Amino acid sequence: MAGVNLSGIIKRYGAVQVVHGIDLDVAEREFVVLVGPSGCGKSTTLRMIAGLEEISEGDLEIDGRRMNRVAPKDRDVAMVFQNYALYPHLNVADNMAFGLRIRKMPKDQIATTIAETAEILGLTDYLARRPADLSGGQRQRVAMGRAIVRHPKVFLFDEPLSNLDAKLRTQMRAEIKRLHNRLGVTSVYVTHDQVEAMTLADRIVVMNDGRIEQIGTPMELFNNPVNTFVAGFLGSPPMNQMKAQLTETGARVGASEIKLTGAINGNAGRDVIVGIRPEHVTLYPGDQTAALPIQLDLVEPLGSEALLHGRFGEDPVVFKTETNGDIAHLQGVNQVHVPASLVKIFDAETGRALRLEH
Amino acid sequence: MDAALLGLSTIIIGVGGCLGYFYFSNLFLDRVLFPPKGENAGRNINRANQIRPWLFVFPAMFALGLYLGYPVFETLRLSLIDRSQDNAFVGFANYNQMFAEAKFWEAMRNNMLWLIVVPAVSTAFGLLVAQLTDRIGWGNIAKSIIFMPMAISFVGASVIFKLIYDARPEGTAQIGVMNAVWMSFEGGIGSFIFLKVFPIILILSFAAMVAYIGYIVLRMAGGVWVMVLKLVAALFSVWMVVLSVQSVWGVATANLPYGEPQQWLTIPFFNNFFLMVVLIWIQTGFAMVILSAALRGIPEETVEAAVVDGANPFQIFFKIKVPQIMPTIVVVWTTITLTVLKIFDIVFAMTNGQWQTQVLANYMYDKLFRANDWGVGSASAMIIMLLVSPILIWNIHNARKEMR
Repeated sequence: MAGVNLSGIIKRYGAVQVVHGIDLDVAEREFVVLVGPSGCGKSTTLRMIAGLEEISEGDLEIDGRRMNRVAPKDRDVAMVFQNYALYPHLNVADNMAFGLRIRKMPKDQIATTIAETAEILGLTDYLARRPADLSGGQRQRVAMGRAIVRHPKVFLFDEPLSNLDAKLRTQMRAEIKRLHNRLGVTSVYVTHDQVEAMTLADRIVVMNDGRIEQIGTPMELFNNPVNTFVAGFLGSPPMNQMKAQLTETGARVGASEIKLTGAINGNAGRDVIVGIRPEHVTLYPGDQTAALPIQLDLVEPLGSEALLHGRFGEDPVVFKTETNGDIAHLQGVNQVHVPASLVKIFDAETGRALRLEH
Repeated sequence: MDAALLGLSTIIIGVGGCLGYFYFSNLFLDRVLFPPKGENAGRNINRANQIRPWLFVFPAMFALGLYLGYPVFETLRLSLIDRSQDNAFVGFANYNQMFAEAKFWEAMRNNMLWLIVVPAVSTAFGLLVAQLTDRIGWGNIAKSIIFMPMAISFVGASVIFKLIYDARPEGTAQIGVMNAVWMSFEGGIGSFIFLKVFPIILILSFAAMVAYIGYIVLRMAGGVWVMVLKLVAALFSVWMVVLSVQSVWGVATANLPYGEPQQWLTIPFFNNFFLMVVLIWIQTGFAMVILSAALRGIPEETVEAAVVDGANPFQIFFKIKVPQIMPTIVVVWTTITLTVLKIFDIVFAMTNGQWQTQVLANYMYDKLFRANDWGVGSASAMIIMLLVSPILIWNIHNARKEMR
């Protein structure tokens, strides 16, 4: 078991640079999730760690050893692929044994390792089957089993759940989490699904356009996004972002003003973006809340909660509120309240978060 | 009429006739026989649609029946009668006469030799080229060049290779490549390495390969049939090893006639291989194209998974790629086998079966059209069909499995 250190990792395809300098330290036993929209370079970064892509510049260390020029097989990493990548001509047991046979592990040892792993993953009854005769979830388990039997230093996951249906995905997500708790192997996990990232990660790395936007624990990222991209990426529905202008006492959005308690610090007049999490609003004013007049045009009940779609000034907004078992009283809502301390302010030009002192 | 004009008009009449047949037969079906109107419109449409496929299939079935189906039965009949005895039924007399001929058994032996060597070598070369050209920039150019012999007729290829094997009297310039190379060997150390050491290494590695394959087959677990297969494979590999050792001895002790131009096609036994080279040269392109497509069809992720699992390029090729395209390899192999069983043109054009190069198809041609012995000729044709049929059926079975 070991840490993974990336410093200044750059990937170029010919003249096109797709990853622009990644610095990331994954601690031992840590579960780090790389998340971002498609094409943000997260998979490329993972493949560089695996050794499937060459590193154009920068240093990759696994367990303190520089790995740039080391062949994939000598990096002692195991990878779970998006499409499972099972060997179609081998049965489940042989699929898992392939890497071990290549490494010339003694036969009896292979047999016990596979039996143990199959037990953990609930595959014991399927060992003689071919991948074609397995369901999606079972295939995914075999792919993970193939990684586990090797007892590698690092697990790499490349969007392993994206081919599963929603229900199975939730189930497998929990299973991966449980496995990690049990085995404690350093893991790097790539996904575009922010829910997966939030639920699985010890730390999340949000990537965009070949750069890291922010690194932190799920709650850090959720509570204190450093910019509008991270704010918009995590959370469901995403954070509402409205164009505004700072005044001496708050932020003006269109005709209305959100009173802010924090010090504006001479920033009055500056163009900003106001960010409000959908779940932070209440229907009734409280202590130190700012009122937001909204034009409601749709109520979506989700059960215990409901989504309020509407407009605030010119910007479309979505808020989440509790239903208390009935949505009739939500139809007439024309104003929501948000605690001033939970309102985020971002610079309109750079999208960076502005720290207001409360 | 001019030949080109004749050919052109044949094409026009043929293609036009096909189009006209399909157009007018469908027109007749829809307008006259079952018009989709009146009180039975729905029923008529259904009936017309039931008949339509037969309109399309009929010409092919008719042509195949007339030129393929009927000749089979006619040949069977001819093989059982004697035309010189006023078409009297003679039972298997023709077959017995044929089995008593040494030339027939020579043809059988040669056909078996072709059957073992050509499909194996063509498929192996095709696979090798397909794999080697897969990732390189000029791979497609290389593939195009290797595929080109496919466009040459067997007779054309034979003419080319006849020139390669050509011999001129000693002292004159050799126009055949083989003899030009041969004349450069003079019996020194270079000749010793190329003509003694190198062939011996080649034969020994062949023997080692056969022995290894036999060993792998012997270790396979399974039921009664596998036991039979194991026994056959073991005996075969032992036989091959014995042959190889004999060949090594032969090569080592052979007294090579340095400095004399050789008539390559008249050297018994080896001339068979010189003929096979022609077909291998042609069929490698075919195997390469099909196998190249199959290799491209392998999911890239399985290869990457193997890379991460620690497999080296050879292990990836033999343990990941080849097993995944095995069905295609089998189809290619059997398809070439069919071509080989029917091989005629090359032998006909190059040696005409002389110097112990006879094959079944040429033997049949000899009997039918030169000796005018219809009985024995037809009997040999039946033998060829008997050999081809099981492989053909297996091939179709495999190809269908592929398509599913």
